[in-house]
Amino acid sequence: MGATQLPTPGINGTGLDLQSPAGGASSDPGAEMIQLLGPDGKLGTDPVFSDYAKRLEPEQLRGFYADMAKVRRFDQEATALQRQGELALWVPLTGQEAAQIGSGRATQRQDYIFPTYREHGVALTRDVDLAELLKLFRGISNGGWDPTENNFHLYTLVLAAQTLHSVGYAMGIQRDQKFAEANGSNEPKAAVVAYFGDGASSEGDVHESMVFAASYNAPVVFFCQNNHWAISVPTEVQTKVPLFNRAKGYGFPGIRVDGNDVIAVHAVTEWALEHAREGRGPVLIEAYTYRVGAHTTADDPTKYRESAEETAWRGKDPLDRLEKYLRNEGLADEAFFEQVKTDGDKLAAHVRSTTQSLQGPNIRESFAGVYAEPHPLVAEELAWFEEYSAGFVGDDEEGRK
Amino acid sequence: MTTMTIAKAINEGLRASLTNNPKSLLMGEDIGPLGGVYRVTDGLIRDFGADRVVDTPLAESGIVGTAIGLALRGYRPICEIQFDGFVFPGFNQITTQLAKMHSRSGGKLTVPVVIRIPYGGGIGSIEHHSESPEALFAHTAGLRIITPSNAHDAYWMIQQAVDCTDPVIFFEPKRRYWLKGEVDTESPGPASDPFQAHVLREGSDATIVAYGPLVPVALAAAAAAEEDGHSVEVIDLRSISPIDFDTVTASVKRTGRLIVAHEAPTFGGIGGEIAARISERAFLHLEAPVIRVGGFHMPYPVAKVEEDYLPDIDKILEALDRSLAY
Repeated sequence: MGATQLPTPGINGTGLDLQSPAGGASSDPGAEMIQLLGPDGKLGTDPVFSDYAKRLEPEQLRGFYADMAKVRRFDQEATALQRQGELALWVPLTGQEAAQIGSGRATQRQDYIFPTYREHGVALTRDVDLAELLKLFRGISNGGWDPTENNFHLYTLVLAAQTLHSVGYAMGIQRDQKFAEANGSNEPKAAVVAYFGDGASSEGDVHESMVFAASYNAPVVFFCQNNHWAISVPTEVQTKVPLFNRAKGYGFPGIRVDGNDVIAVHAVTEWALEHAREGRGPVLIEAYTYRVGAHTTADDPTKYRESAEETAWRGKDPLDRLEKYLRNEGLADEAFFEQVKTDGDKLAAHVRSTTQSLQGPNIRESFAGVYAEPHPLVAEELAWFEEYSAGFVGDDEEGRK
Repeated sequence: MTTMTIAKAINEGLRASLTNNPKSLLMGEDIGPLGGVYRVTDGLIRDFGADRVVDTPLAESGIVGTAIGLALRGYRPICEIQFDGFVFPGFNQITTQLAKMHSRSGGKLTVPVVIRIPYGGGIGSIEHHSESPEALFAHTAGLRIITPSNAHDAYWMIQQAVDCTDPVIFFEPKRRYWLKGEVDTESPGPASDPFQAHVLREGSDATIVAYGPLVPVALAAAAAAEEDGHSVEVIDLRSISPIDFDTVTASVKRTGRLIVAHEAPTFGGIGGEIAARISERAFLHLEAPVIRVGGFHMPYPVAKVEEDYLPDIDKILEALDRSLAY
């Protein structure tokens, strides 16, 4: 048995290093992480991505801040609505604003987005009325908006299922573009963004989607928000290598970006989308960020993580650092920040009043939605239900509508 | 009229769909140059190219999941699952995503995906290659499930599946792939509605309902019963979801007796659903309980004993005797 050799620990870069940091909550993100705007509000440089940052107009930078502040205010309002019994559940995004606004603002109208269920910030960048997002959580719809209007797909609750839909959609784009080119049509080139998290990265569908994307060179950007916690399980349990490194195994580029740096996230996503749209294939972006709040309003993070960790991450807050930058550079004045606050409150009021006025659903809509074409069993059961309900007419107190 | 096998009829049906609908495309494992392990897609990649006849990585969830994405982009993907027992890695995508997409979008999204699955036993094959999982899909609202038993139906039903706006699981009776029949490629004739059951043989003493691979067995059993002086009606269900209960009910009202035969285990199966519905719709017409003939409550057994497992003429005749003796 003496000839049997185990892999030697500590060989850098071989993937055999059993001691290597896995990119967990407390570990160093590593030198490979792209960061332009640090927590101190100072803009650094990067040989590739600084050029993207330089293209940003002050108006866009202010827009990033306004978006992030708006969606954070929205998040607070939705959490309050849940606490007040208006929503069954809420999934807060606080802490992940830069990852979502930066990437969402890098997309173009013709791109198509597949979110998981926490991408309220991306929804904002796609002009989805945020009040619509609450229908799912209020229990009146399993969707809530028309995905074809803003190319922003419905939330998907079975984790990672949408990563395959993304690749399939991208394969459709490829075929459409081939057809358009053959017919001399000048449609803008499009790509897909697939959002998922560090927890979902363990799902088999993520693996299959990356295999398919690589095989067909599909125009898709995999955008993984590593927020460090899959409910109560840290990233270390999901992966022993930094997530972005997995792209290497599939044969396409992987980039880790500071997910709390909206400028870097925007730059990296713009680069990845150009890469995909131009036919150079998929990219994996790992946005290194942190879920500052609970997984959902039903979660209790005090049971599985230290408050010191949360405090440390609050020091890397995405809004604070952009505010510092805008103030230091004289790109925004007090009036701007006041206006942002007013706009946020206005949005919150809109979301609250819309949510409270949302009409209750009717089970007839559920019957109507099962199939696109007429179906005898559904028709029969609906007919039974109508007859059954009609039996209650006149029973004022107990009557069914 | 052209004579062809069921496999060839599906091949020609797919060819017609690819020709008539530029948004349709085939996806699956080994369906390209090989033409599929059963050669059902033989020659199609040559005529339609690799963008429309797509050899996929070996991943069933990947096949179904990407097909959903293609459908959302306006395409009509036709997926091949290589064998019945290998659909389960794709089960999540089929049941939680494909079946629910139209419903959860409030009718705004449609996902016209077809999933072809060769199913059933009787071919002496190894584990996972002989199963009949149709009840698992029939229990899932949002899916439609059809299965042809002859070449003419196969030719038309695959095209109707592609044309359907809802997702369709298309179960292909693999042990009948080489069964020849007349196909009218000009007109579907009585096959114009894929969700309608067909009375293949009229009778007055009892009704046998079967589908897919057991239809020829049911017809043979009815012919044998005739020699004993029993007039037996045979219905080819054709559609497993929805089920054409009107045709079955009308038949039972005439005959008073019903036997349902399928290869899948009887427990929790399609036969039980038909028995329950018929007892509600035709209780006073029944002369005997509805009797099911099907697989046992066990994993599909090894090939050397599948003969004992599968419904055959004798098992159907035994059920018929029980029904008639009631």
